[in-house]
Formats: sequence, C-alpha cells, structure tokens
Amino acid sequence: VLHTRRPLHTTQQRLAPLPPLPEKGGEVRYGLVPEEFFQFLYPKTGVTGPYMLGTGLLLYFLSKEIYVINHETVAAVCILSVIIYGIKKYGSDVAAFADKLNEEKVAKALAVKNEAIKDLETAVEQEKKEQWRVEGRSYLFDAKRNNIAMLLETNYRERLLTVYNEVKKRLDYQVAMQNLKRQKEQDHMIQWVEKNVVQSITPQQQKDSIAKCILDLKALSKSAQAAV
Amino acid sequence: GPLSERRLMDVKLGELPMWLATCDFSPQGLLGGVQKAWSSYYDKYINVKRGGPAGISMLLAGYCLLSYSWNYQHIKCHRWRKYH
Repeated sequence: VLHTRRPLHTTQQRLAPLPPLPEKGGEVRYGLVPEEFFQFLYPKTGVTGPYMLGTGLLLYFLSKEIYVINHETVAAVCILSVIIYGIKKYGSDVAAFADKLNEEKVAKALAVKNEAIKDLETAVEQEKKEQWRVEGRSYLFDAKRNNIAMLLETNYRERLLTVYNEVKKRLDYQVAMQNLKRQKEQDHMIQWVEKNVVQSITPQQQKDSIAKCILDLKALSKSAQAAV
Repeated sequence: GPLSERRLMDVKLGELPMWLATCDFSPQGLLGGVQKAWSSYYDKYINVKRGGPAGISMLLAGYCLLSYSWNYQHIKCHRWRKYH
C-alpha cells in the first residue's frame, strides 16, 4: 500500500522516450534571411520581391547615409569574405567530423542498451529453465520416497530373518535336548538289558549252548562239504 | 483561437493593439516571453542534428545591427555629405 494521496502517473510521461531532434534546422537563405520571409512575400510580389526589397533598402540606406561607409565597413568586408571562404571550403569536412562524433556517441549508447537487453534476455531464459526444473521436483521426491521405502523394507526383512533364526535356534535346542534324552534312555536301557541278560546266563546254560553250537556246526559242515 | 494565446506571428495587423493589451508586462511575464522566444529560436535553428551556419550567423547579424543602432549618434558625425 503506497502512502500517498496524489494520483500517480496521471499525465503522459514526458521524460522518456525523448522525441528525436529534427534532422535539419529551419531553412535560411544566404545564412541570414529565413525562408519564411520569402514565402511571406511570394503571393504579393512573386520570386523577385524580397530581392527588390533588399536592393531598394540597401540603396536607400546608402544614399541617405543611414548606413555610413567608414573604416569599419572595410574591416567588415574583409572579415566576412574570409569567414565565407572558410565556411565554403571546410564546411562539409567539419560537418562530417561532427556527424561522426554524434554517430559514435549514439553507437555507444545503443551498444549499452543492446548489452543490457541481451543480459536481461539470458536472465529470463535462465529463469524459465529454473522454473522448468522446479517441475521435476515431484520425480525427485518420488525417487527419494522409493529409496526410503526400500530401506524400511530391507530393515524389516532383516529383522524378520533375525527373529526367525533366533526362534529356530531355540526350537532346535529343544529338539536336540529331546533327542539326546531319548538316546540316553535307549542306551541306558540297552545296556541294562544286556547286563541283566549276561548276568542271567548261568555256566550250565553256557555249556549247553556251546555244545548245541558245535553240533550245528558239524551238521552245517557236512552239508557244506558237498558245495566245495 | 482566443487572442491572448496566439503567437505574435499569427496575430493580424489590425488586432495588434488588442493583442498587446493582453500581454503580460510584469518582470516575470517579460522574462517568460524572452525565454519562450529564445527557446523557440534555439529549437528551430540550433538544437538540430545537422545544423549549419544559419543558427549563429543570424544571431551575429542581429548583434551587428543592434550595436550599429546603439552607436548611430556617434557614427552620424562621420558622414560624407552634409545634405542628402
């Protein structure tokens, strides 16, 4: 909010751009008399009117000696002739030189303006590029979100694996314990049965069984002799 | 347009006294008039891209005439003839 009471920018801007200077000045004949004078007298007196007026006035001033001829007249004639000769001879060169100076000034200003315009255009392009880049923000964030989700998933699965391994270890331990216990019981029972059986074999039974085995062996040897 | 707003060159001869009456002859008015006249002359003959000798030569000629008229009483004594 501007703290102002008077209205801004109501009149046409007068400072810029300036209207360009006119190319040539007003027309002047013989460097002394503006063209408007000749045009003013043309309807009434034609083309020769102002010249007749000038000649008449000159003769009148001379004859009535309103203009007195003295040493100043001679000086004026000499000075004027030198000036006119100088202007006629070097006028165009001086004009070309002045035009060149002007041209250089204008060219410099124009170069500055073009430089500024180019810089601003590049700045605008870069700004547009930055705006285009901003549009890619969503892709960037999607990629980041995917990364994070993958990390979380990986972590979760690692922990699941750990849990599984731990639980399996404990269960394996229990299974191994039970197997061991059963194994030990079996062994112990077998040993005990064996011991008891061996204990229960009396010497009489031993002699009987050995005799039986010898008889069996003889019988077998009889049948086996034929095969050999 | 109305008389007071016209420039001197656009005023007809018969209306000249009336136009002079509408003029502002106070010091500020005279100064403003002089400034306007100078700026119009300057913009027409001097402040152009390709001017010529006309701009200052007219000023110098005017100055010559003015100084001749100021010294006329003294120059009158150096006439060649007594009766014209």
